[in-house]
Amino acid sequence: MSDAINQVAAPLPRAQLPKKSGMFALGALLIAGGAIAFVGFGGLGKNLIYYWGPAQLLEAGAKARGATIRLGGLVADNSVKYEAGATELDFAVTDGEKTVPVHTKGVPPQMFREGIGVVVEGTVNEAGKFEGSRLMVSHGNEYRAPKRGEKLGEEQIKQIINDAKDEQK
Amino acid sequence: MISTLGKALILASVVAATAGAFGGIAAGRSGSASARRWTWRLAYLFAFLMLAANALMEYALIAKDFSISYAAQVGSRGVPGWVAAVSLWSSLDGSILFWGAILGLFIALVAWFNRDNPAPSLPYAIGTMMAVGVFFAFLIAGPADPFKPVFPAPPDGPGPNPLLQNHLLMVIHPPMLYAGYVGMVAPFGLAVGGLLAGSLGRDLLKPLRTWLLVTWGFLTVGIVLGGWWAYEVLGWGGYWAWDPVENASLLPWLTATAALHSLLLVERRGILKGWTLTLILATFLLTILGTFMTRSGVFNSVHSFSQSDIGPTFLTFLAMALLFSIGLLSARIGVMKADADLHGGSSRESAFLVNNLLLVTLTLTVLLGTVFPLVVEAVRGTRISVGEPYFNRMAVPLGVALTFLMGIGPALPWGTAGLRELGRAAISGIPGALVFAAVGLVNGSRNAWLLVALAAGGFAVQVTLQQALAPAFARWRAGGENPFKALASQLSQGSRRMGSYVIHLGVLIILVAVAASSTLRQSSEKTLRQGESGTVGPYQFTFLGTSAVDEVNRRVEMVRFALSKDGVVFAEANPKMNHYFAMREPVGTPEVYSLPSGDIYLSVMSVDQESGVVGLRAFWNPMVSWIWGGAGIAVLGAMLALWPSRRRSAALAAEAKSAAAPAIAAGEAAP
Repeated sequence: MSDAINQVAAPLPRAQLPKKSGMFALGALLIAGGAIAFVGFGGLGKNLIYYWGPAQLLEAGAKARGATIRLGGLVADNSVKYEAGATELDFAVTDGEKTVPVHTKGVPPQMFREGIGVVVEGTVNEAGKFEGSRLMVSHGNEYRAPKRGEKLGEEQIKQIINDAKDEQK
Repeated sequence: MISTLGKALILASVVAATAGAFGGIAAGRSGSASARRWTWRLAYLFAFLMLAANALMEYALIAKDFSISYAAQVGSRGVPGWVAAVSLWSSLDGSILFWGAILGLFIALVAWFNRDNPAPSLPYAIGTMMAVGVFFAFLIAGPADPFKPVFPAPPDGPGPNPLLQNHLLMVIHPPMLYAGYVGMVAPFGLAVGGLLAGSLGRDLLKPLRTWLLVTWGFLTVGIVLGGWWAYEVLGWGGYWAWDPVENASLLPWLTATAALHSLLLVERRGILKGWTLTLILATFLLTILGTFMTRSGVFNSVHSFSQSDIGPTFLTFLAMALLFSIGLLSARIGVMKADADLHGGSSRESAFLVNNLLLVTLTLTVLLGTVFPLVVEAVRGTRISVGEPYFNRMAVPLGVALTFLMGIGPALPWGTAGLRELGRAAISGIPGALVFAAVGLVNGSRNAWLLVALAAGGFAVQVTLQQALAPAFARWRAGGENPFKALASQLSQGSRRMGSYVIHLGVLIILVAVAASSTLRQSSEKTLRQGESGTVGPYQFTFLGTSAVDEVNRRVEMVRFALSKDGVVFAEANPKMNHYFAMREPVGTPEVYSLPSGDIYLSVMSVDQESGVVGLRAFWNPMVSWIWGGAGIAVLGAMLALWPSRRRSAALAAEAKSAAAPAIAAGEAAP
């Protein structure tokens, strides 16, 4: 274990270089680190994912366009348009009051049905429609499906979004 | 009865840890031999009490004694024995208890292996570790007490989270990761000891390096197994998603890796002492931050079992440890004088320095992206998360730079390199770089980042192999020894250098595999009727039908597929849908069919019994199994580096025997 130590060249005499070089190197490191952190921080704002319910999404209006949004709520009654065997899925996400129509490509998960809590990750496109890229069904152990017609509070939407996180990991 | 006994054991461990912490500090200050002896005894006692408490909980779990709160919380009459045994770490309170056992083991082992080590910093080190032990023992005694009595005892419990029952990897991933987290207490204690005693001699550097490397090995295995588990169980086709929980484990790994490298400069050159100790202290703080983030429920994921009240306790401990570290460093770092100045711009020392800079930058980037959502939620009350593109944008260039550095660094000489040496180092790995990039091009890679990563990887692999095999090569040339025998005897001697190159090789394999799998991955989402087929990557899959098997705790629905290439069937793959009786909703288990070139990954989304249609997600994930293999190689390398060196005695024997000995020594000493 000590083999590397044994073969070390004799330590170089101190003060071959002025002591300032150490400070200089440290300063260079800090500047470089700061620059990279700045670049990183700049990228942070563009890559945020917002957790919203239907009401917040509608409120944001045109401002929401292009941003990545995780939309949580319930699948609205009589809104699901899906043919067995197809990979195009249309439905609406509701909080009992406000409703947002959603379009996704892909196969819905086993538990997907009307009235269940879902989270759709996606963006609002030019036409103002929510284009989902990932669909997750909310299935926490503690989750209690709300009664039909009941309005979801902010806390409940948060719960739906939290419970859906396991699935997408 | 069990409840009382468990509580007694934990309370005794609080007392032992507290006494040990004071004893260690006293022994460090006074140099008293009897105080030191008592500190060591208390360290062994603490470990014994923690292990006994864990054994007691295991007994309650296996005997399904639901009068103990934790057993009632995670146990179920319907689960097999092995699930009951491993559910010790399937939920919060049990995992903290288990944590205590690992902590005790680490402290006792450090104490045992250094019982004769005369370094004045050691009593301080053991005392510091015991102080951390006080915190964990307190946590188990109070906020996360798993031994609460339940009266009346429920007839049956809910059983552990089905996701945790789904795969054998869940048996080994948590213990490995815990060891990788908790073990960082050893380097932390030793570093604090060095700062308190004001010395960083060889008798402290050796255990520091040993325990940092041991824990690094566990952390590496834990992280990779976590990714593997996610890949095999969660069904979304990947192994890493920059999830807060994953980031929490990566952060201390990055700083520990940086510390392992700068520690070498401390040993060889006597420089960067304060910086290295800072990295080690930061590593420990990051493990505590990681534990807080994964265990307190601030992030919701499969890891934060349930909301709990350990959050504030952890945050308090984190704040105390942070203040202590900053205070200690600012007061004592001046004591750590460098024995030399850092030299010239293009030596191997500089490569180590750049390595540290890159790793720390990566750490800060990941930390920022991980903690930012917490800050936003605390300040503005809105929930956000940071998307993968942020992390990738930073990690890809930094990762490629680190890969290249793993090639150019070992090719540079120590001390000062002239232009000629620099040039030689810069071209030394070019053939390897060209070969790797060419292989990538032939296999259809047109992604610029992938080609650059492959070239850097090829460069580094070639230099690593050259450096690792140089001693055996010299031996073969000089002594005319059979090349395999030369390599075998080199390996049998256990070499730190050889070990570190093997680690590099493993890490390089992982980096190349990650680059390939993340850029060349293909996926398709489909619904299929019986007999219908789909294509993913170069392979086809055909839906054959479903069949169901009833097990003790679940009904398993197998969805059978035939895998084929160009119309020739070569295997069957059966992704599953598990219906747990204790759960409302089914949990899928994907099937991964591994080939050297990549994995065919089938994950069932839905099975419609009426129409006979299955919804399927299929992925072609190139080179993924190389990641697991690379981790295995890295761990072998760590073991090799830790293996006690027989080199000196071997060299003496060889000297007596043959004139070739000087050549061997020269070969091995030429880094």
